[in-house]
Amino acid sequence: MFSTVNKPVERIDAYEKVTGRAKYGADLQFAGMLYGKVLRARYPSAKIKKINVERARSLPGVWAVMTAEDVPCNEIGVIIQDQQILAKERVYYIGDGIAMVAAESLETAARALEAIEVEYEEIPGVFCPIEAKNESPIHPDRRDNEIIHHKLRKGDVNKGFADSDVILNREYDTQFVEHGYLEPEAVVAVPHENGSLVTVYGSVQNIFATRDAVARCLKAGLSEIRIVQNHIGGSFGGKDEVVSSMACRAAILALKTNRPVKMVNTREESIVESYKRHPYKMKYKVGATKDGRLSAMEIEVVADGGAYACQTPFVPWRSVVQATGPYEVPHVKTDTYGYYTNNVYTGAMRGYGSPQVIFANESLMDELAQELGLSPLEIRMKNILRNGSVTASGQKLDRHEVSLAEVIEKAAKAIDFEEKYKRYSKPQSGDTRRGIGMAISYRGCSLGAEAVDAAGAVLSIQKDGSVYLYSGLAENGQGLKTVFCQIAAEELGVGMKHVTFLEANTLISPDSGSTVASRSTLVGGNAVLNAARRAKDALSKFVADQFGLSSSDLVFEDDYLFTLDGKKLISFAEAANKAFWAGVQLSHVGWYVAPSIHWDEEAGKGNPYFTYVYACQMAEVEVDMGTGEVTVLNMAAAHDVGRAINPEMLKGQIYGGVMMGLGYGILEEVEIDEGYILNLNFDNYLMPTSKDMPTIIPIIVENPDPDGPYGAKSIGEPTLELGAAAIANAIAQATGKRIRSLPLNLERVLLGYPLKKGRGKK
Amino acid sequence: MSKIEVNITVNGAKHRLEVGPKERLIDTLRERLHLTGTKEGCGVGECGACTVILDGEAVHSCLILTAQVDGSEVLTVEGLEVDGRLHPLQEAFIQHHAIQCGFCTPGMLMSAKALLDKNPNPTREEIKTAIEGNLCRCTGYEQIIEAIESAANELQAASH
Repeated sequence: MFSTVNKPVERIDAYEKVTGRAKYGADLQFAGMLYGKVLRARYPSAKIKKINVERARSLPGVWAVMTAEDVPCNEIGVIIQDQQILAKERVYYIGDGIAMVAAESLETAARALEAIEVEYEEIPGVFCPIEAKNESPIHPDRRDNEIIHHKLRKGDVNKGFADSDVILNREYDTQFVEHGYLEPEAVVAVPHENGSLVTVYGSVQNIFATRDAVARCLKAGLSEIRIVQNHIGGSFGGKDEVVSSMACRAAILALKTNRPVKMVNTREESIVESYKRHPYKMKYKVGATKDGRLSAMEIEVVADGGAYACQTPFVPWRSVVQATGPYEVPHVKTDTYGYYTNNVYTGAMRGYGSPQVIFANESLMDELAQELGLSPLEIRMKNILRNGSVTASGQKLDRHEVSLAEVIEKAAKAIDFEEKYKRYSKPQSGDTRRGIGMAISYRGCSLGAEAVDAAGAVLSIQKDGSVYLYSGLAENGQGLKTVFCQIAAEELGVGMKHVTFLEANTLISPDSGSTVASRSTLVGGNAVLNAARRAKDALSKFVADQFGLSSSDLVFEDDYLFTLDGKKLISFAEAANKAFWAGVQLSHVGWYVAPSIHWDEEAGKGNPYFTYVYACQMAEVEVDMGTGEVTVLNMAAAHDVGRAINPEMLKGQIYGGVMMGLGYGILEEVEIDEGYILNLNFDNYLMPTSKDMPTIIPIIVENPDPDGPYGAKSIGEPTLELGAAAIANAIAQATGKRIRSLPLNLERVLLGYPLKKGRGKK
Repeated sequence: MSKIEVNITVNGAKHRLEVGPKERLIDTLRERLHLTGTKEGCGVGECGACTVILDGEAVHSCLILTAQVDGSEVLTVEGLEVDGRLHPLQEAFIQHHAIQCGFCTPGMLMSAKALLDKNPNPTREEIKTAIEGNLCRCTGYEQIIEAIESAANELQAASH
């Protein structure tokens, strides 16, 4: 059916990456390049009384020492512009930059930072989002600490609870988590290059968001700023605002010194400064009839936004939409809040407000099942969304296949859920006990009613028949370049080797918004398809005229053009050559705008996403009852992706997402004590290693979506959002104890409470 | 600060260097020799992105001072490809989709090569142990392990 799409073709960037040729931000060198470094705050909440930079400025080899006073516009932010490029008068969190230097070497830069004298006055900080609600605002110009309040309303929860035979009230909470991209943030800013005011190269997730920030801080036009993405060593939502801030600083230093300036964070600098996954405190009340049907849910979620708004206005919006889980619930009332605190700020991380609520709603579903004497499978099968169901937000699901039953059945079969669940339900003895657990989700694809959702791509057929392609969305390691080239190659009927993908560059690529929300294949892929179709149409028309045929008589396949009945007409290369010399337009811009959606913020309802993906993950664990150690033995992960453009790369997303979910579930926590971050490197921030791997069974389910390119939807984020919940349910079965707090590390599993600091304040 | 003369062979090429006592091997490779394939992810020997092979052993080049390695042979990711031919491990990483962002890939390849040089027929568990010190945040390790298994088979077949 397909020649290139739906096939496990090799990554187009693999050769560069296995030979060490791929250049990342820190690998770049420019003539005359200086090294930029930032002095960071000593306290998480303080007034800056005085900064003396004279001694630092006088050091040989130091070319610039700058403070907030030297920044043309000091506040940036994608949604609310409250993030300081350098702290001016106030320190809001421990990662705030106070001053920055550019010097001939890293050693000289370090000496210059030591020579800067800062006089602080500590101010009592706010470190708990619940307390932040009533505390005076940490940002003096705001009325209070509330960043956002989203609501969702369906039916009448009072009636729903009155009709319930069983009501449960439960509280769950989750932790700060580090993205843990292996490459620390790195940029090089080059002044006055190729017509731009400044060009910034580096590990940038979202070139347009970073461009907007740099232009704003320099008070320059958008078209004066060139952001070029290099190979990026992982991002997972993480190299957005923090890299924008770094790009602004490097750009200011570069323009000040008129020299290229490289800035590379150490791991410690990265962890202290970069935004984290939001910790959530969640209250769930659920009502059900005695036969196990959900009648009402009332949910309150409080997110710690930390010092700056960043993505907090939007992250709890996805949570408010999805907080019930993928169930039919007639009466729902959900409120999500985000508050400022003096903790490290929080923002986008793979999942974006879903892993937290899934941990809660899927733990809750198992607790309810136990209360009602049902199995985890039974309670879910009674309540899941199906074709034609109406979601909590009031959206009728009738445009695509609602495949929850299918993903559940496939995962259960692969891991032998029912048999193992029965076996582990019997009394267990001995030092180790086993359990099996499950979690399911639905996830709105792409941005949803959060923002404009459009993307572009440019495709150009050359006169030798080779093709180049670029897009406004950017490779983050996930394989976007390869997927986009597959779509172009499929549509044009040419081999992958003829298609070249160019780096994202803000002065060439069409502004396509951000590479986020698992939207690239779906929205960006449609833009590529559109560009390829335009180019193909132009070539078709030209060739059809030559042969006295009509365009619809032509088939593009295997680098040739054929008639419908299989007669070879002309090679793609020759057709391209002839068309070029005849003046046919062979370079085309493709554009795609997502189907219309809407959200009524006041009423708390609407059609927030144009399509959804469905998934089920199941985990089998062994718990050492003497130490609390959890070993995840097996995991099955069934994901409906619409269509797998590249099944092997898709499996890579599943393996990686499952392991990130495992880390979230049992290992990872950024420990924060009154705003100070305690684990600043990978020696005590523990991420999963090869020794933590379970056997992972990836299951790809394909129900093509009418709005996806070749039916494809999303995969990046869904793979990560379920693991912690499934593992938590498995641990509860093994130990007989329900722990409602992540991560389920040794002490929580053994003692039921944490020994380490966390959550900002203890 | 006094300089120390160090003679090292990197990817077969001999170098005589004058280094300071605090210069790390990773900086010598990246900054002096422009071999930027070796990556720095943590600087404390936890992530393994800077792994190189030093006299046959996989080591963290961020934890080694160049002055310590006088007379040694170093192999980096740039030295795996010989005469334009990829090493079977590199081929296998490509074929098995063992790469996503690629930042851990050079270190991962070097740990795998050090393993296969000593143990041409490793079990899955031995592979997991060999790359235990190489963090990968993207792939979940599965396809990396499959690639190493496949390269081991390839190398075994070639030697028979």
